Amino acid sequence: MRIILHVWRQKNASQPGRMVRYELNNVNPHMSFLEMLDVLNEELTQKGEEPIAFDHDCREGICGMCGFMINGRAHGPLEGATVCQLHMRHFKDGDELWLEPFRARAFPIIRDLAVDRSALDRLIAAGGYISVNAGSAPDANAIPVPKQAAEKAMDAAACIGCGACVAQCPNAAAALFLGAKVSHLGLLPQGQPERYQRVLKMVTQAALEGFGHCTNVGECEAVCPKRIKLEVIARLNRDYLVATLKHIGVKETVEAGVG
Amino acid sequence: MELDGKCPTGPIETRWDRHKFELKLISPANKRKYTILVVGSGLAGASASATLAELGYNVKCYCYQDSPRRAHSIAAQGGINAAKNYQNDGDSVYRLFYDTVKGGDFRSRESNVYRLAQLSVDIIDHCVAQGIPFAREYGGVLANRSFGGALVSRTFYARGQTGQQLLLGAYQAMQRQIAAGRLIMFPRHEMLELVVVNGQARGIVTRNLINGKIESHVGDAVVLATGGYGNVYYLSTMAKGANATAIWRAYRKGALFANPCFTQIHPTCIPVSGEYQSKLTLMSESLRNDGRIWVPLKKGDTRPPNEIPEEERDYYLERMYPAYGNLVPRDIASRAAKRVCDEGRGVGPGGYGVYLDFRDAIQRLGVSVIRERYGNLFEMYERLTGEDPYKVPMRIYPAIHYTMGGLWVDYNLMSTIPGLFVIGEANFSDHGANRLGASALMQGLADGYFIVPYTVGHYLASVKLEKVSTDQAEFRDAQREVADRIRKLLSIRGRRTVDSLHRELGKLLWEYCGMARNAQGLQYALKKIPELREEFWSNVNVLGSGEEFNQALERAGRVADYMELAELICHDALHRNESCGGHFREEYQTPEGEALRNDAEYAYVAAWEFTGVGNPPRLHKEPLVFEYVKPTERSYK
Repeated sequence: MRIILHVWRQKNASQPGRMVRYELNNVNPHMSFLEMLDVLNEELTQKGEEPIAFDHDCREGICGMCGFMINGRAHGPLEGATVCQLHMRHFKDGDELWLEPFRARAFPIIRDLAVDRSALDRLIAAGGYISVNAGSAPDANAIPVPKQAAEKAMDAAACIGCGACVAQCPNAAAALFLGAKVSHLGLLPQGQPERYQRVLKMVTQAALEGFGHCTNVGECEAVCPKRIKLEVIARLNRDYLVATLKHIGVKETVEAGVG
Repeated sequence: MELDGKCPTGPIETRWDRHKFELKLISPANKRKYTILVVGSGLAGASASATLAELGYNVKCYCYQDSPRRAHSIAAQGGINAAKNYQNDGDSVYRLFYDTVKGGDFRSRESNVYRLAQLSVDIIDHCVAQGIPFAREYGGVLANRSFGGALVSRTFYARGQTGQQLLLGAYQAMQRQIAAGRLIMFPRHEMLELVVVNGQARGIVTRNLINGKIESHVGDAVVLATGGYGNVYYLSTMAKGANATAIWRAYRKGALFANPCFTQIHPTCIPVSGEYQSKLTLMSESLRNDGRIWVPLKKGDTRPPNEIPEEERDYYLERMYPAYGNLVPRDIASRAAKRVCDEGRGVGPGGYGVYLDFRDAIQRLGVSVIRERYGNLFEMYERLTGEDPYKVPMRIYPAIHYTMGGLWVDYNLMSTIPGLFVIGEANFSDHGANRLGASALMQGLADGYFIVPYTVGHYLASVKLEKVSTDQAEFRDAQREVADRIRKLLSIRGRRTVDSLHRELGKLLWEYCGMARNAQGLQYALKKIPELREEFWSNVNVLGSGEEFNQALERAGRVADYMELAELICHDALHRNESCGGHFREEYQTPEGEALRNDAEYAYVAAWEFTGVGNPPRLHKEPLVFEYVKPTERSYK
């Protein structure tokens, strides 16, 4: 297979970047997309050109470290998959592809296709947990959890934190990411005590990090490699509304200019 | 050197409790005066960091990924064992202990394994309290499934993403401590050197992977939780970035490396498809609950699997091991697959593959049940191979998956360097020569949540720690060594890429120190590895500079260490003149081709001491005593 790539090359955050054209003539359709980039990088190195930087780690679609735009779509054309799970058999001979990093104000660029997504960690630090110290738990079967609740919680908990939802959103909102965590914990009995504080703290932090607001466009759901449903955003909004009506944490939200 | 595991004696059921009482405590007000450095943020590192911070220590945690949530524990699919006996099928702490010692082929410490089995129960309680969405029954109680090497159902799971959910639980606990100001996270920081002052581990040197800055960090204790070294084989199921540099640097500074040749080869991985292949993907062992493994009875049978009639199929595991069938432990299943493929009965391109077939399970249970149990795994398989496992059997082949060996630690999980603790896959302690399925998650979390938080405190309360600063000679020297090494890697500008050298090393090791080993092959590998190392240091090509985000440079440093580690693995494999668990020496097998242990001469932990690059390492032995589970031939028939 012959593939033409246009790749965003940028040495670091302070230097300007540009698209560079590469031609690959011997692409094996069984290769993964990242293996194709490995092969290109080997060739570049042999020619004395610096290889393309891109984040990746597990290469089986679960760590969430990889991700960039292929022809304007986060993780590329395959639905419900990360770019490391995308194989070249999904492309045609002669295809021309544009690779760009995830773009969002909250994701500053590091180099080429690699960006800094630590803002997502800070959203979790704001409240995406259940406060329980090691050693204080009751027997695991002491609290029955309806199977349906556990399944729904698991659907939301499947989020891998790759940031594709943010990159695809015209507002660069993190609503799907937030909704996934708020739903996962809010659907379980263990998550109830902190349910409303959690949503307020996380939404507030998102505003501070420079993520945009959700306007229900739905592009996040379309590109989510774990098929997290828009339903989690409805849950996020519902819990947020209840929290504000109950006047929980009003001070913090006003200070951050949210709501 | 006298190797003392410091294991408690007396009745095994009370050893840990008695030991815990003897461990010294630090008052809550004094804990904040101590700083603990944790390297790695997988299940072991994340759980240790969070728990130490909860207790009140200052904790600093380092990982090479962009976030602690990426660590490769996240990829563990199948589940986590716990001796809860919720299924009322005869499980107990003692049975989990027994299964693990036997599964490890009698090369692990009884005291450690018993403690692990005891703590398994607390882990499940804690994880449920954290909100881990484990699978449930309709009545709301927790569901279980069975795994290789066990006749009870004691594995807890969250679909095929158990590792992900457990890691996110620990990660969220970490984030809570970060928000509380007790834990500082250093993502995209790679530990490149250990700093030892007055014989105690007192710090580390890291490289900031974004801007290349080399920095020193001082602590009162160092905890390594950097996982296994399977990537020395190039192709493995590990994450691409997972590496042995942290434990290798510690080994070079005097920590002993135990049982390096005990590597686990997982039977159910997707076969290699081409030279460009960058890693191998595991298909969870849980699939063996319902999938049946077979190859054609005839050699070179190239008919599509669905056209091969029942009587011309060989369900070889069910035939050879009727009691455990498809659920035999990993080492046995892997070797059996190799054997049938070596006979010429393998399937798929190249003939190195066997079928894992769900036809019968789908007929018995219906597609929807199979989809509920394994849907995400089937989807993953289809993505990678383009084949639909609901219609065509999966093709699988063994691959390097886990390393039982690691840095030697005592019962307190402390290495031979005082103040250097090693937890999770990075240590050697609990799995002997073969790890059972769903036990890695259990060990990582037992070490991190429930063991090291006590034993680190005991260490700090027992020793005198002088004040140290990054200005002193030990830190400056370590920093200079790191900088020199980076400069050297960048100055060679040879003709070979890092990956091509790594791939060559991996092939050599897989060929001569993989699923089956023999003295002649190992001697050959021991001759070739130093040559390849020489080639690496004279002909590697790493472009760019050290003061920037440079992924080729990161890989070069890791591969440089593999070039030394590979040699140690072969030394260990050559010296161990027996077959046990994942270490199969062709010279030592029963007439039926099973592993033949030599308990009279090799019932010990082989702990190796560094004596300089290229010099033979020095062997120290820790004898293993079996008071409860008497070594017998491991039979799964």
